[in-house]
Amino acid sequence: MKVKSKLLFLSILLVILAVLYLTWGLNPNNWDYALPRRIAKVVSILLVGSSIAFSTTLFQTITNNRILTPSVLGLDSLYMFIQTFVVFVFGSALLIQFGKYFNFMLSIGLMIIFSVLLFKFFFRKEGNTIFSLLLFGVILGTFFQSLTSFMQVLMDPNEFFVVQNRMFASFNNINTDILYIAILGVLVTLAYIFRYTRELDVVSLGRDSAINLGVEYTSFVKRMFIVIAILVSISTALVGPITFLGLLVVNINRQFLNTYKHKYLIPGSMLLGSIMLIGGQLIAERILNFKTPISVIINFIGGVYFIYLILKEGRFS
Amino acid sequence: MKRLALALILLSILSIFIGVKDIAIWDIFNLSQEQIQILLLSRIPRLISIIVAGAGLSICGLIMQRITQNRFVSPTTAGTMDSAKLGILISIIVFPQASTLTKMIISFIFALIGSFLFLGILRKIKYRNTVIIPLIGLMLGSVLDSITTFFAYRYDLVQNISAWLQGDFSMIIKGRYELLYISIPFVVLAFLYANKFTLAGMGKDFSVSLGLNYNQVVTIGLVIVALISSTVIITVGRIPFLGLIIPNLVSMYRGDNLKRSLLSTAILGAVFLLFCDILGRVIIYPYEVSIGLTVGVLGSFIFLYLLARRRSYES
Amino acid sequence: MIEVKNIIKAYGNNRVLDDVSLNIQKGKITSFIGPNGAGKSTLLSIISRLIDKDFGHIFIEGKELDQWDTNELAKKIAILKQFNHINIRLTVRDLVSFGRFPYSKGKLTEEDWKHVDEAIEYMKLKDIEHKYLDQLSGGQRQRAYIAMVIAQDTDYILLDEPLNNLDMKHSVEIMKTLRRLVDEKGKTVIIVIHDINFASCYSDQIVVLCNGKVFEKGGADEILREEILEQVYDLEFCIQDINNNRICVYY
Repeated sequence: MKVKSKLLFLSILLVILAVLYLTWGLNPNNWDYALPRRIAKVVSILLVGSSIAFSTTLFQTITNNRILTPSVLGLDSLYMFIQTFVVFVFGSALLIQFGKYFNFMLSIGLMIIFSVLLFKFFFRKEGNTIFSLLLFGVILGTFFQSLTSFMQVLMDPNEFFVVQNRMFASFNNINTDILYIAILGVLVTLAYIFRYTRELDVVSLGRDSAINLGVEYTSFVKRMFIVIAILVSISTALVGPITFLGLLVVNINRQFLNTYKHKYLIPGSMLLGSIMLIGGQLIAERILNFKTPISVIINFIGGVYFIYLILKEGRFS
Repeated sequence: MKRLALALILLSILSIFIGVKDIAIWDIFNLSQEQIQILLLSRIPRLISIIVAGAGLSICGLIMQRITQNRFVSPTTAGTMDSAKLGILISIIVFPQASTLTKMIISFIFALIGSFLFLGILRKIKYRNTVIIPLIGLMLGSVLDSITTFFAYRYDLVQNISAWLQGDFSMIIKGRYELLYISIPFVVLAFLYANKFTLAGMGKDFSVSLGLNYNQVVTIGLVIVALISSTVIITVGRIPFLGLIIPNLVSMYRGDNLKRSLLSTAILGAVFLLFCDILGRVIIYPYEVSIGLTVGVLGSFIFLYLLARRRSYES
Repeated sequence: MIEVKNIIKAYGNNRVLDDVSLNIQKGKITSFIGPNGAGKSTLLSIISRLIDKDFGHIFIEGKELDQWDTNELAKKIAILKQFNHINIRLTVRDLVSFGRFPYSKGKLTEEDWKHVDEAIEYMKLKDIEHKYLDQLSGGQRQRAYIAMVIAQDTDYILLDEPLNNLDMKHSVEIMKTLRRLVDEKGKTVIIVIHDINFASCYSDQIVVLCNGKVFEKGGADEILREEILEQVYDLEFCIQDINNNRICVYY
């Protein structure tokens, strides 16, 4: 199969799954009630699946490896931390007063500032290895997580309730407030990135080769970092952190499409991410009757697949 | 070394005399009946369990790091903790009436199987590098964790399981922590085998050519790790990070010869955990912050600082 | 011409390059030799903007390095480092076509493909051009990378230990190719190399670096002298003329 027909195949599969998800168990009685809700849910799932896959693809390209995801770097823990911190310091009343968008925009802003700092720390000097990046990220993640839970312990229970609603968003409790702005965010970043797919191809050869071939490496990677921060904010704000989805999707995608061109890799990963989420959600809701959280399904399949991949290939670096 | 030991003694004394019930240090020779009760029932058991858990987990981390030749491996990043957790769940489901000791044994068996699984996977990969090894551990842990969560959901045990695992010393009272003593002989065993672990840490080929029974040493190492981890997780709960940062800290200053670093590692682990515990007890007095939190915040902070200061530190 | 003026580079307290100045002439092969840690690779990386210098100036054809637009520079100078780990699966042809990125930004024209084909021919890779890089031997992979650099069609070609891990036959092949690039196409080649005899036989100018400083520079007959090499390498050397080349024995 050619790459383009593979992408077509994925698109068709996604449409089938989406239609299945929308219409399963619908009847004239619950039609008016259920359909709008399900549409909102499908849209959110598409957004989340796409932004996770998209951001992981970018992240792996700029760090030149196939095993890291932005969540390894603690970015989604940071998002949670910001959310809690805002409520902790300013109180939930202020947040409500400012409106739902304000909070989201504030979080995105802080995430961008943070990722630029992180970038400064890591990519400006030569000789920083993936190992120290990973170590740093995991520790940073733990740091933010612990601080977050610490503030929650100290928090007023009513305030905590507000945070909890944001923190434990899931696919059954999607934060639809920000749906429109999230759609806008994904579309804008996508439009932006699609002007740079060829630069991404070159960057995937590594820093030295990219500079050699005339890419403004430092500024390019910094801009990619900002895009990643925006995408992680969107997906985390909608449903909370999903650890392994990105890793799983991006690796399957590379295997399946067998190309290095980001022109195809990015849409492929976005389709695949959405397919896995809708598929997983179908299994969780219709087959397992909500008795299992979708993250369990994804982590299980994802983890097993990952280990299988490593045992089979054994040539990651 | 001497300073570490001194810190341990000071902190231990401090730990005994901090708490909601006032017991002043100068009352030591004329304690009331009630005060003696509190000391014997709660304060001293707490102290002992912290020291054992802190020293034990740090040693576990150190041994695992040597065996896998990777500084980033620890019981929490190699799936050992998650397998122990799965073991607890199975024992709750299959033998709901079983004693804590039985649960511990089952959990130990699972932890052991998990560790061997991890090592087995490591042996199958052709090219190992520093990142891939802990990543496999994290992945394995996540798979095991998802199995646990799946069954916990089925049997409505989610809360039960998280209660078991919430790292917490405030519930340690007489009669509920003695299981920890089981790990003490294994800590001693670790000391006896220290030299051999150092050799094994130089790689299979190298150690075999020096006449070491490599497989035996690795097996003993993993048994020690699995046993200590599972006793700690059953009695105290999950304490993140300790097995990772303490050995790395010590290795920065004392090198990697286990003979030299094992004792420091054990004492530093105990000191650090004790310090975090005391901090957690006073910071929002009279309430307590759970130990997992203080360890997480303090530990990651220390590590970030060290990482920023000693950038060249890696291998 | 490339002019290197008073370059200083330090990591912590360790000065890797300490006030290095030299000129590299056009249309010649220049070899950097010296013991481990002498600063050869660092100098090469600084000239090719992969690493920032701390102090000093680099002029490429009279224009300072910072003043160059990085894309224009990519049409002028190509660098190939010794470690090329890539995680993506590429065929030889894919890799070589990346060399045209500075010209076409990835949308390759007829003209670009012509350059790609030429480079593949030049490095004798035609029969394996559709193989993936990870299926190749070390020598083939090295040739593929050099083909990419050739497709980049720059005046200056910088190579960091191009003979690393190659056997004698492949080493000779690579060095002959570099010689041809200079003689036939008028390129300027700068290499970091460990094998002194290769440097002696194939280069026009040799620069000896030691402890971050230029110890000596000149033609092979000026550099391959016992008194120089024994000081630099702290070994006993025996140097003779064989077939008009200065060859040294130091075992």
